[in-house]
Amino acid sequence: MEKRVIFKNWWLPLLLVAPQLAVTLVFFVWPASQALYGSLFVEDAFGTSSEFVGVQNFLGLFNDGYYAHSFGITVLFSVAVAGLGLGVSLLLAVFADRVIRGARLYQTLLIWPYAVAPAIAGVLWMFMFDPSVGVAAWALKRMGVNWNHLLNGHQAMALVVFAAAWKQVSYNFIFFLAGLTAIPKSLIEAAAIDGAGPARRFFDIVFPLLTPTTFFLLVVNIIYAFFDTFGVIDAVTQGGPAKATEVLVFKIFQDGFKGQDYGGAAAQSVILMLIVVALTVAQFRYVEKKVNY
Amino acid sequence: MAAVELRGVRKSYGSGKNALEVIHGIDCSVADGEFIVLVGPSGCGKSTLLRMMAGLEEISAGEIAIGGRVVNQLEPKDRDVAMVFQNYALYPHMSVRENMAYGLKIRGVAAAEIATRVERAAAMLELAPYLDRRPRELSGGQRQRVAMGRAIVRNPQVFLFDEPLSNLDAKLRVQTRMELQKLHREFNTTSLYVTHDQVEAMTLGQRLIVMNAGVAEQIGAPMEVYAKPASTFVAGFIGSPAMNLLRGEAQGDRFVTTATSAAIALATPAPPLSIHLPVPAPRDGPLVLGLRPEHLVPASAGAARFGFAVEMVESLGADSYAYGLGGGGTLIARVAAGTVPVVDEVLPLTFAAQHMHWFDAANGKRVA
Ligand SMILES: Nc1ncnc2c1ncn2[C@@H]1O[C@H](COP(=O)(O)OP(=O)(O)OP(=O)(O)O)[C@@H](O)[C@H]1O
Ligand SMILES: [Mg+2]
Repeated sequence: MEKRVIFKNWWLPLLLVAPQLAVTLVFFVWPASQALYGSLFVEDAFGTSSEFVGVQNFLGLFNDGYYAHSFGITVLFSVAVAGLGLGVSLLLAVFADRVIRGARLYQTLLIWPYAVAPAIAGVLWMFMFDPSVGVAAWALKRMGVNWNHLLNGHQAMALVVFAAAWKQVSYNFIFFLAGLTAIPKSLIEAAAIDGAGPARRFFDIVFPLLTPTTFFLLVVNIIYAFFDTFGVIDAVTQGGPAKATEVLVFKIFQDGFKGQDYGGAAAQSVILMLIVVALTVAQFRYVEKKVNY
Repeated sequence: MAAVELRGVRKSYGSGKNALEVIHGIDCSVADGEFIVLVGPSGCGKSTLLRMMAGLEEISAGEIAIGGRVVNQLEPKDRDVAMVFQNYALYPHMSVRENMAYGLKIRGVAAAEIATRVERAAAMLELAPYLDRRPRELSGGQRQRVAMGRAIVRNPQVFLFDEPLSNLDAKLRVQTRMELQKLHREFNTTSLYVTHDQVEAMTLGQRLIVMNAGVAEQIGAPMEVYAKPASTFVAGFIGSPAMNLLRGEAQGDRFVTTATSAAIALATPAPPLSIHLPVPAPRDGPLVLGLRPEHLVPASAGAARFGFAVEMVESLGADSYAYGLGGGGTLIARVAAGTVPVVDEVLPLTFAAQHMHWFDAANGKRVA
């Protein structure tokens, strides 16, 4: 049963939601409307005059080969980050779930990376893999890998994927661990008696029962990879080499603040906003429809 | 089908200084095709013992053999047992059909064979209309039958049941109990059945293992356990209402009970403390006398062995149970419907020589 509180006067409920409303207005609605407004204008290079151009900025994007390229990069990047992040965290969660002694310690340690700011995480990885002084780069070279992500686009992509996924693993881990703990032990035992070994039990019983968690995390991770990885890219590769890691969020920054194309960048943000809205709607649809075991 | 042997089976949780032993060495041979009921109060270790047989708990000491093969080191899947859990543990994301087929599928049984076996079990358990439903779309009783069906299709050497009826309502429990008996007659598979319900234990078991705090207090046929309980614990646990147990001092054909303080404080008139025995006690000295409520019968004043001050009467239709003070303690006596006593009446009671149970006052073991 839903609990409802009836307020006698109209101003108290308004007062109670005011802080949240203010935050939403200042940090979301206002910039979003600015972007929407800005996407319809072209500004001159000095920012002194602007001209209304309608959907011209959007049409320009669709004809821009770099934008399509960046879109492709973003899709690849997101799929890789989500795949790697989910896979590694699920593996860790399964192991942590099996550990009885010291489980708390493992769990706490595994959660730490989430508290690290994206830019710092990026710097950390940049130093480790710096072609001339990085310890990881040195180790890779000793193993015969010619590591130089400043020149090699694939290596650069791999590095930002790792850096971005690493940060997300801890977040996914918490959810997977909670999901695993919620699966009744007797189900696993019944499967064991039915004759299933550990791997079989995982794929037949555990993984299907984790589907709601996995789907939720998939959406969250893709949204993260799409929108929240500016710090990592900026710290590690700055979109390079040769735009090999220029994902959409980074391109907005490049075009808007470096290229001074305010209208084009605004149009790109509007498109990104639409994508996040679509993803969120898809998620809610699914969650509503999803059977609860 | 197979015989099951338990030899000095022990279980401890934890290790080193923190080790806590919960099963203190149980020996028992279960014959091929036998239906054994493990019964005892909550926390006595019934589930733990069953889970050790299934391979879900490690065996700390001793041996368990199924069909002559020691299974201590075997994984659950290699023991060829099937288990019905108290919460049924049905796979929520699979249909009833898939739930029942899962064990066979893993063992690589041919699809056609699986289908016939599942259909047959479903028909027997009246589950045929529900084969394509998910467990959450079934009632509690239907889920319980699916859990049994999942065990039956496997045709294992041993069935293990952990309180499979405890989530059903009273009527369904009686019905399912009879179905279980029918199934056992049909398949004749060796079965170990855990319950704390003594009616289930008495009706289902060919033999009972009465457990108390990790020890098997008595192993025997239900009527044998009822007629000759091996200890005061078994005497109090098997039979409903429980056997009356009176502490006291035997001197020839007199038994002078040590009245509980409650009895002395409450009683008006003061309860008679001496019981006149039909035959002398097996030995003189401190003993516990056990008398079942159904063996206490009203007598004429002259033939009374002791007086019984009635405090409360509970009528259950065919029988009534009178609660009150007598022989120095609180007693229960069964009285026929026609002769319901009046509260505060002092009822003269008697009992026959063969209905006396004597137990050692110190360790509670049966004396005669
Ligand atoms: N994992 C565990 N660690 C420590 N002690 C345990 C563990 N599992 C069970 N025990 C203890 O072992 C004893 C026996 O437990 P068990 O579950 O076998 O009881 P039971 O006879 O099945 O009781 P019930 O009728 O309530 O199901 C209990 O005292 C319990 O506290
Ligand atoms: Mg139990």
